[in-house]
Amino acid sequence: MKVTKKKPKKEREKMANKKSEKLIDKKGIRLDGRKVDELRPVKMDVGVLSNADGSAYLEQGRNKILVGVYGPKEAHPRHIAKQDRAVIQCRYHMAPFSVDERKSPAPSRRDVELSKVIREALEPAVFLEYYPRTSIQVYIEILQADGGTRCAGITAAALALADAGIPMRDLVVACAAGKAGGKIALDLMDTEDKVGEADVPVALMPNLNAITLLQMDGNLSVDEFNAAVDMALGGCKKLYELQKEALKSKYVSAEEAK
Amino acid sequence: MTSSIVVNIKKKRITELIASGKRTDGRGLTDYREIQIESGVIERAEGSARVRLGKTEVLVGVKIGTGKPFADVPDKGVLTVNAELVPLASPSFEPGPPGANAVELARVVDRGIRESNAIDLEKLCVESGKLVFVVFIDVYILNHDGNLIDASALAALAALINAKMFKYTVEEGTIVKKPGYTPLPISNYPIAVTFAKIGNKLILDADLDEEQVMDARLTITMKKDGNICAVQKGGGSGYFTREEISEATKIALEKTAELRKFVVKS
Repeated sequence: MKVTKKKPKKEREKMANKKSEKLIDKKGIRLDGRKVDELRPVKMDVGVLSNADGSAYLEQGRNKILVGVYGPKEAHPRHIAKQDRAVIQCRYHMAPFSVDERKSPAPSRRDVELSKVIREALEPAVFLEYYPRTSIQVYIEILQADGGTRCAGITAAALALADAGIPMRDLVVACAAGKAGGKIALDLMDTEDKVGEADVPVALMPNLNAITLLQMDGNLSVDEFNAAVDMALGGCKKLYELQKEALKSKYVSAEEAK
Repeated sequence: MTSSIVVNIKKKRITELIASGKRTDGRGLTDYREIQIESGVIERAEGSARVRLGKTEVLVGVKIGTGKPFADVPDKGVLTVNAELVPLASPSFEPGPPGANAVELARVVDRGIRESNAIDLEKLCVESGKLVFVVFIDVYILNHDGNLIDASALAALAALINAKMFKYTVEEGTIVKKPGYTPLPISNYPIAVTFAKIGNKLILDADLDEEQVMDARLTITMKKDGNICAVQKGGGSGYFTREEISEATKIALEKTAELRKFVVKS
């Protein structure tokens, strides 16, 4: 995997102005040097915050994402509690400095929707019925955004939930595919997402073959849509291996420190 | 909040029926309830439509104003969609600012209209970078008996087809109204169909009881050429398998064509 270097602002603007057909060259190479079915470089760390019950840090290309999990704990406000299971309270939030133009720290409508769909992507994996009347809080902070942050947020949130010791049926791992420059491509970065034809984020519980998040916007034929879903699922499976490594390496290093 | 005991009893009955290919109201698994569309019900709005989908009832009003375009698309009009889960529509709706469900509903309807280019926004530009028309689509839920997404998307499309623009001239950078109207420039007809997964079956147009017991839902919005322009999975703690998604896209191709005839005709 190639390392993507941070481009100066002028060059980034030039990239954003490029038309969709220029996103992938004749040899099938993308603006950042990747092939169509290649993920961006990924780095995952588990247990990075001392106060949170569970935490994870993830970098995927220029995305930098920090997740903290608290709970299960008493649900506040009380009326959100459910008698027969725990509830997940999820907040997806972008830092004001995470994008080119400063973003207001108040939650946007997009943040509200993403918090909801991310919660629904994580819920099927957690044994919520073990902790009735409690709340599990998942805080996802996007420190830097470069396309595909909801997916990267889910991948990191699953690691943080596991790190918190919350019993789960499976990990959840997410990855997007889409169409850019006329081709179906994996893990779109910001420019490809904005200029490209479509984006299809997918979340998967890999051992249960259960798809827990599926969205799409843009324009795809039914066949293209199915091809994008399959490519995204392939990306999920690769990321799942890295997720397992990240969890293991935390406990291996804990063992060595004894 | 419905007590979980009642939901569990309901769930058993509904799931057993659906497993044998039947539903509580006698419909087939992919049948819609009766659809009634009434256009032009609010005279003060530029466009409006009231859709009844069984007992679910949605009113959409379209207002057209003027404003500045977004900096990244200086020569396009602006589209905004808002949804209100009006408290009179259900004991579970409460007054106050839109919650996550209302925001999701508005954004799914918005995505269908925006990504299909249903409104030709370039024709709504008056002066590039300075002055454009703004189309406000307000979705008003009047009675909630399930499948708000499909009902709202149908009503929004019907209201857009119904919408009229006043004629105008531009004098010194401001818009001066002239007598007479033209239709809003519509260039596509997106239709949303929402699947509910109950047990291992996919059904369409779930009513409220079915929604309360469903594992998950999946909305697919298609354009008139059969391409997909928006997808949204949601609704609770269930999931879909890869095969179910392929099956849903196939059914959606047929159903969206069927429903489109209904709106575009009326």
